[in-house]
Amino acid sequence: MAKREIVKSDKDYDKLVKEASPNSPIVKNCIKAFIGGGIICCIGQFLMNVLSSYGLVTEERNMAVSVILIGIASLLTGLGWYSKIGRFAGAGSVVPITGFSNSVTAPAIEFKKEGFVMGLGAKIFTVAGPVILYGTLTSIFVGIVYYFVR
Amino acid sequence: MDYVKAFIVGGGICVIGQILIDKTKLTSARILVLFVVLGCLLGGLGWYDKLIDFAGAGASVPLPGFGNTLAKGVMAEVDARGFAGALTGGLKSAAGGITAAIVFAFLAAVIFSPKEK
Amino acid sequence: MALKVGLTSLKFENGVNIKSVSSVAGTKEGEGPLKEYIDILVNDNLYGQKTWEKAETEFVKKAVETAAQKAALSLNNIDYILAGDLQNQSAASCFGVKDFKRPFFGLFGACSTFGEGLSLGAVLIDSGCGKNVMCEASSHFSAAEAQFRFPPELGNQRPQTSTWTVTGAGAAVLSDEGSEPKITGITTGKIVDLGITDANNMGAAMAPAAADVLLNHFKDFSAAPESYDRIFTGDLGSVGSKLLIELLREKGYDIQKQHRDCGMLIYDSDKQDTHAGGSGCACSAITFSMIYKRLLTGEYNKILFMPTGALMNPSSVAQGESILGICHIVMIERQV
Repeated sequence: MAKREIVKSDKDYDKLVKEASPNSPIVKNCIKAFIGGGIICCIGQFLMNVLSSYGLVTEERNMAVSVILIGIASLLTGLGWYSKIGRFAGAGSVVPITGFSNSVTAPAIEFKKEGFVMGLGAKIFTVAGPVILYGTLTSIFVGIVYYFVR
Repeated sequence: MDYVKAFIVGGGICVIGQILIDKTKLTSARILVLFVVLGCLLGGLGWYDKLIDFAGAGASVPLPGFGNTLAKGVMAEVDARGFAGALTGGLKSAAGGITAAIVFAFLAAVIFSPKEK
Repeated sequence: MALKVGLTSLKFENGVNIKSVSSVAGTKEGEGPLKEYIDILVNDNLYGQKTWEKAETEFVKKAVETAAQKAALSLNNIDYILAGDLQNQSAASCFGVKDFKRPFFGLFGACSTFGEGLSLGAVLIDSGCGKNVMCEASSHFSAAEAQFRFPPELGNQRPQTSTWTVTGAGAAVLSDEGSEPKITGITTGKIVDLGITDANNMGAAMAPAAADVLLNHFKDFSAAPESYDRIFTGDLGSVGSKLLIELLREKGYDIQKQHRDCGMLIYDSDKQDTHAGGSGCACSAITFSMIYKRLLTGEYNKILFMPTGALMNPSSVAQGESILGICHIVMIERQV
């Protein structure tokens, strides 16, 4: 019977799988991420400079930059372009605030077909929800520590 | 010059994300969480602001910048309101970004239909 | 009558005729190397519908209708429809066949569904329970992505080991008469689990199941790789194919010359950026059109068609369960 079976421990097979699986072209990916992320940040810098020239102060200005970038990313997601940018840039378009916007807009568009409340409404934060959750929790932690040590 | 700094620092932060994706099989959702938490902690220590002073949008546009906003907001609120500020400060400072994401996402969902990759 | 052969196989002495084969596919498949073999190429993966899921339903309908047409049969002459897909509770198949009002068995074998359908269909015909049986399987890239991974609009990168779910459907009409290529035997696979948990490496999860069932097939039929012109696995992709060949080499069989993988045939992975290859129920079901054509023209005389499946659902993966593999072999001969 043993002759008829593929007998292999999970560990041995895992080794075999690692050998057979191609690695991600990490250097190439990093270069693309660097370029993609760099460009998005430069657009942010451009917006910052423009808004500064209109006299917006730091806090308001940074908020306005974020809002504009979020809007652009939502639009590109709707047009179906952001996923194409993402395939090229990888983390370069995930890590900037535009990636956050994409992660909110993508499920909103996809799950609209399941209804505005339980589809779009309930699933809009499937990807970004954890970001807000853990971001908020961390901020409370920071706030409490700050309260005692300031 | 500020563009060069923004490009290099912003691109560099993304490269760290890319290495994590490729080396650890972390999904992009986990990368987002990690970076916001990290940015918030660094912001709490006051380090991230130094990076923003140097790189401008190169540090504020990537998600650690979002985390930093949370940290700065919570600390300012603690200064203003005492302990209760620890609860309200974070989300208050991030309210603009989150609300913008919700509004634009909703509008996009109303206007556009799903697209293939 | 079917003869039990060895431990896990059946042999159909008279053979079960494959009367017709059809395929309907989406845009990416239409740009791939198999386009000339596909009956209907759709240039809009929504297929005129509002959602991916409804589009897949249309693919199912079209594939079934086309297969019946090519067999010169009205759907009323179909005794059973056996169909399955990747959507929750096989919704695409159910909605796709409901208007045909024929007796229906819904199948789930993940991407091995078409192999499961052909196996069970052959048993039905051979046992005299039906004259014509329709087997069908479908999948849709975007419906599968939204269900198993992330919404398609999300801008993330896919790992090198990941495969691209084929959009489309394939069908075949099995019949008790005719002189087309025949199913002469089946070997039914067991679930094999070697502890793969990476949902982006399905090929690795399925390769042991393919190796296992092939090993059993060789023993049951006292056959060897050389007994066949080709051995087609379903959707192992480049990673799974390498593993299958290695696993069998350890058992003393070298299938490198005969082996082809539908997942690697359906796309040009360099040009189409599909990484390890194609996958999904439709991957083997659509490639079957090419295999059938080549059986008809005599390019192949005897082949093994063995769709592979990765059994899991999003909850099982999230809970850390391993991804189970399954594979069913259908032996097809040009002349009996």
